[in-house]
Amino acid sequence: MNLLYTEVEDELRASVADLLGDRASPASVLAQIDNGADTALWRDLARIGATSLHVPEHLGGQGASYRETAVVAEELGRSVAPVPFLGSAILATAILTHLADDPAARELLTRLAQGETTAALVVPLSSWGPTAGGYKARSVADAAAAEVLLVPVEGTVHLVEARHAVVTPVTSLDQTRPIADVDISGAPTTPLTGPGDEAVHAALVAGAGILASEQVGVARWCLDATVAHIKARYQFGRPVGSFQALKHRVADLWQSIVLATAAARHAADALATGVDVDIAVSVAQSLCSAVAVRAAEECVQLHGGIGMTWEHPAHLYLKRAKADEIALGTPGRHRATLAPLVDLPLQSTP
Amino acid sequence: MSGMRDRVAALLSAHDPATTGRLEFLRARFDAGLAWVHFPVGLGGLGAPRDAQQEVDLALAEAGAPDNSPRRIGIGLGMAAPTILAHGTEEQRLRFLRPLWTGEEVWCQLFSEPGAGSDLAALGTRARRDGDDWVVTGQKVWTSSAHNAQWAILLARTDPDVPKHAGITYFVCDMTAPGVEVRPLRQITGEAEFNEVFLTGVRVPDAHRIGEVGAGWRIAQTTLMNERVAIGGRPVPREGGMVGVVADTWRAHPERRTPELHDRLLSLWVESEALRLAGIRLRQQLAAGSPGPEGSAMKLGFARLSQALSALEVEFLAEDGLRYDDWTQRRPTAVDFTARDAGYRYLRAKGNSIEGGTSEVLRNIIAERVLGLPTEPRSDKDIPWKDLPR
Repeated sequence: MNLLYTEVEDELRASVADLLGDRASPASVLAQIDNGADTALWRDLARIGATSLHVPEHLGGQGASYRETAVVAEELGRSVAPVPFLGSAILATAILTHLADDPAARELLTRLAQGETTAALVVPLSSWGPTAGGYKARSVADAAAAEVLLVPVEGTVHLVEARHAVVTPVTSLDQTRPIADVDISGAPTTPLTGPGDEAVHAALVAGAGILASEQVGVARWCLDATVAHIKARYQFGRPVGSFQALKHRVADLWQSIVLATAAARHAADALATGVDVDIAVSVAQSLCSAVAVRAAEECVQLHGGIGMTWEHPAHLYLKRAKADEIALGTPGRHRATLAPLVDLPLQSTP
Repeated sequence: MSGMRDRVAALLSAHDPATTGRLEFLRARFDAGLAWVHFPVGLGGLGAPRDAQQEVDLALAEAGAPDNSPRRIGIGLGMAAPTILAHGTEEQRLRFLRPLWTGEEVWCQLFSEPGAGSDLAALGTRARRDGDDWVVTGQKVWTSSAHNAQWAILLARTDPDVPKHAGITYFVCDMTAPGVEVRPLRQITGEAEFNEVFLTGVRVPDAHRIGEVGAGWRIAQTTLMNERVAIGGRPVPREGGMVGVVADTWRAHPERRTPELHDRLLSLWVESEALRLAGIRLRQQLAAGSPGPEGSAMKLGFARLSQALSALEVEFLAEDGLRYDDWTQRRPTAVDFTARDAGYRYLRAKGNSIEGGTSEVLRNIIAERVLGLPTEPRSDKDIPWKDLPR
């Protein structure tokens, strides 16, 4: 178990951060907030290989692992860039990887990996645990930009061209992650062979594990922005960051991010190696969701009035953090998942 | 690391634990460099990476070898030893480290005073030079193990005419010397794990000074940093420490479970697991030669979790939580935060956010040294110690 970042991962982070710094600074994300997904940025992320790191080479990907993908997720969290990473590169890609014996799945996977198109998994982004699926779903992440929809219905995953479905974008709490309601009733579908339920489960677990790293990125941006602000902001003739009441709050936040980083790294490492996955993912989700929300809330509060304004990007992180808390299982649901796995049940099984 | 295995095997074949006396084995282990492998050769180590230790400890434990009762000699291992290694003379290292590690000589720490707690640098115990000796007079407090200790690491003021941080010198003090008086200090648990130590004209040879005269504050930082890692950063398996104790209590009492306690327990379980992982990460960083500032995060998290977990356990135990095992004034020789009953654990855990730097001081350290925030305005920085208001 390696919980550090390797040199290769540090280099990857630097190149992703460079691209995002140029193209998706918080200020520019805010300026283009009404434009939906940034498809040009997505193509450039795909061009540097950042969207298919964990996809095997023979399926068109980079042949690395979820560890590297998690580093990309951290940087995307730090920038809140509106790209279909979670919906397409994680959830849809994980389903297709699981069902790669099917030629249609393999073909789509290759196109996704090469950044030619994007896909979405048609379940509510809040899904966790056994998911029935169906012809209709509300609050589907990254569906509006997707050309292909993956729809689980009664144990089989169906592939549906988005142009045949009714995809209705809805106003998203998280302005940098578009969601849509989807209805595929009457649309022609291609059922994929292979265990659909298993594939959906694997996708949700991978999504939840990688989301923890995104949450760490969100939290780190919030801490960094807050620390920079309270160093520079003078009241009562001194930087407000010299008051212990504020110092202790950011110190506690930093401490919780140290824990969240370890938990998120462990989840990414577990996804990469296949060891201890379920516990690692639910530990990370239970913790990192809460840490990201707290970081964003502290960021707004400790910025004072400016933190409440539209022109300061803090609200983008608050909205992302709050939506991420619901996404792929709330902290409470992940603790309920953990209870039997760690032999701490509420009721004893007779 | 196969070299380590060979060395362990060689030690075991030359000194079969089944037929070798405990102390003899521990001395042999020290001389084989397997005591603390990251220490230099000749001082109980091999100059190896820190993380090789775990393999050695595990292999020796499996072979039934005796250990050095680390809970009994925690202050020596965690604080005195790294300081003597970093700042002591070769003579001091050779004299002190071996019996310290084997437990033949127990160490305690004479730092805090009634008037110098969080503001440790304000300490007033005086050391005056007299020939080849220093003569020490003052009062120390919160001294664990003083009643078993042969030696102490001691901070004393050698120059009252300079600002407080500049006039402190670091010594090793013989706890059996004339003028050292140890009195038990009873705690909220009922036991007297700590002591007050009165020093009256105690003679400390100059050869027992660690580092330069006036360099004591800087050297003490080594001790304190190591103390925080020692308190919060021990390698533990999943559910090691307080969380395991409370989890077992939960498993033993299905009839007392409620949904509200269940979610609180799971939250604390998750945080304990994350703290454990952060500790693994910290040790991986140390081994990779890039120590992170996570040590202070470990101590802060450890204190919070042991308090929250032990509090939950007392509440969960309901009518048994109303009872306490024993209020008599015990004199423990080893510190074990998870010992005795739930009530003891709850009360003892209150000390975890005070001892070794209060959580408030740790937050200041994190804010200033990790996050680079400005210090509070300080009125005492440039004033000679003797002129400070007190």
